[in-house]
Amino acid sequence: MCGIVGLFAKTERLQPELGAHLAQMLAIMSDRGPDSAGFAVYSAPVPGAIKLTLRAPEGYDFEAMASRLGGALGAVPNITVRATHAVLAIPAGTLASAKSWLAEHAPEASIVGIGETMEIYKEVGLPAKVAERFGLAAMAGTHGIGHTRMATESAVTTKGAHPFSTGPDQCLVHNGSLSNHNGLRRTLMREGLSFETDNDSEVAAAYLTAQIKGGKSLGEALEASLEDLDGFFTFVVGTGTGFGVLRDPIACKPAVMAETEDYVAFGSEYRALAVLPGIESANVWEPEPAKVYFWEKAA
Amino acid sequence: MTAMVEPAVFDLATTPLRELNRTLHALRPDTNMRHWRVINPAGRHAIACGLDAPITVEIEGHAGYYCAGHNKQATVIVHGNAGVGVAENMMSGFVHVKGDASQSAGASAHGGLLLIEGNAAARCGISLKGADIIVKGSVGHMSAFMAQAGTLIVFGDAGEALGDSIYEARLFVRGSVASLGADCIAKEMRDEHRALLAGKLEAAGLAGEVDISEFTRYGSARRLYNFHIDNAGAY
Repeated sequence: MCGIVGLFAKTERLQPELGAHLAQMLAIMSDRGPDSAGFAVYSAPVPGAIKLTLRAPEGYDFEAMASRLGGALGAVPNITVRATHAVLAIPAGTLASAKSWLAEHAPEASIVGIGETMEIYKEVGLPAKVAERFGLAAMAGTHGIGHTRMATESAVTTKGAHPFSTGPDQCLVHNGSLSNHNGLRRTLMREGLSFETDNDSEVAAAYLTAQIKGGKSLGEALEASLEDLDGFFTFVVGTGTGFGVLRDPIACKPAVMAETEDYVAFGSEYRALAVLPGIESANVWEPEPAKVYFWEKAA
Repeated sequence: MTAMVEPAVFDLATTPLRELNRTLHALRPDTNMRHWRVINPAGRHAIACGLDAPITVEIEGHAGYYCAGHNKQATVIVHGNAGVGVAENMMSGFVHVKGDASQSAGASAHGGLLLIEGNAAARCGISLKGADIIVKGSVGHMSAFMAQAGTLIVFGDAGEALGDSIYEARLFVRGSVASLGADCIAKEMRDEHRALLAGKLEAAGLAGEVDISEFTRYGSARRLYNFHIDNAGAY
């Protein structure tokens, strides 16, 4: 099953309350995915820095690790710890050396996402609990996407939870199941991509990453997925500037969208959107199968 | 003489959905509580399901999955959109969606009328068994898949694979059809079909709203009823 939500603030006035809305939407989608939950929030960038979201086992000392990393980089990273996750803002030019330092000196901490604005949090447990642990309700941002998981293709683990990062400031949430993910994973591994799970959605994320690395735009990569991915899916893809939606041509997996002057919202079911302000007068519709939709902030 | 009774109001923000359905299920055919309003539906699933009394239920907002499913006798009006499977397996009565309907609207409905003012998504009237469905907008792909009896009338367009593996349901589409499913063909509109269509529209209170001559009739070519080796590829 699984539930997906997305919220994109068209106006500044919605931005401070973005996380509060997203948290409510996630909690309502618990019926569709009580195993685990995750979300990506696109919040204010740190000037000159790039944000790394790291995940580590319960009780991990992120602060100590950050100061050791700071010593190696010659610049102390700005760190925000939230339960099992931490966001490190490091000077943009030091990303490559930070990644290799982390791989060598902090193997318990894995990188969940990288970007100027994107932060990703995911954990096993009821969606409302997960949102509470990370303090989602207090987060501000321009847009965010979230996922509630009912595992079908692989184990209930934090690694198997969504969103999956597909590139800098880019991530994917998926509702559905892919039937050709094993073959596709082997192909992508030959092309040099690495995988952390047996999860089909991770393959979808890696597929999009590979397509984008090959020169396609995100929209083109999504179009290509209609040819190459076999199975059921509704995807919501978060990017630095907004989010995209795609349903497979058979469109078994549900999707509802709503738009007002203040926001564009996505939900697996209308119930998830019913909590949003002004929803009574919103334009509400079902996205068409096999059609790529994008909402982005004006440049 | 029937007394004028104000509609009873159920607020789903404060009253559990089960209580609403339980109350409606308990109504006898001779009830004088014939008019109900449901406020704050918030997309909840299974609102006004399994009704079996000549009552009217008005839902003030968007409904979730299976709204008015298994309906018998009742009139259910959704003042908004309806989720997956509105009026699925309806036996009789009238379900009126003022907005759009999601997938599988009127799935396997045996009788009654489902009227959708907006569009219906994929698989509208899948396995239709005798009900009438009128969609004033367009319908999505695989509509009337394996439809056995009844009518599907579409004022707008139909998506891919209309009427795939259809039996004896009658389809009338005013706009374009993206493609026809296996064994579904366009058929001649004779006087009897024009009369049938006019009758259905009149019964739905839509007489004169559209020009009947603009519709094309679709139905089964009846080539797949019995196994024939020449048709093996189409099964």
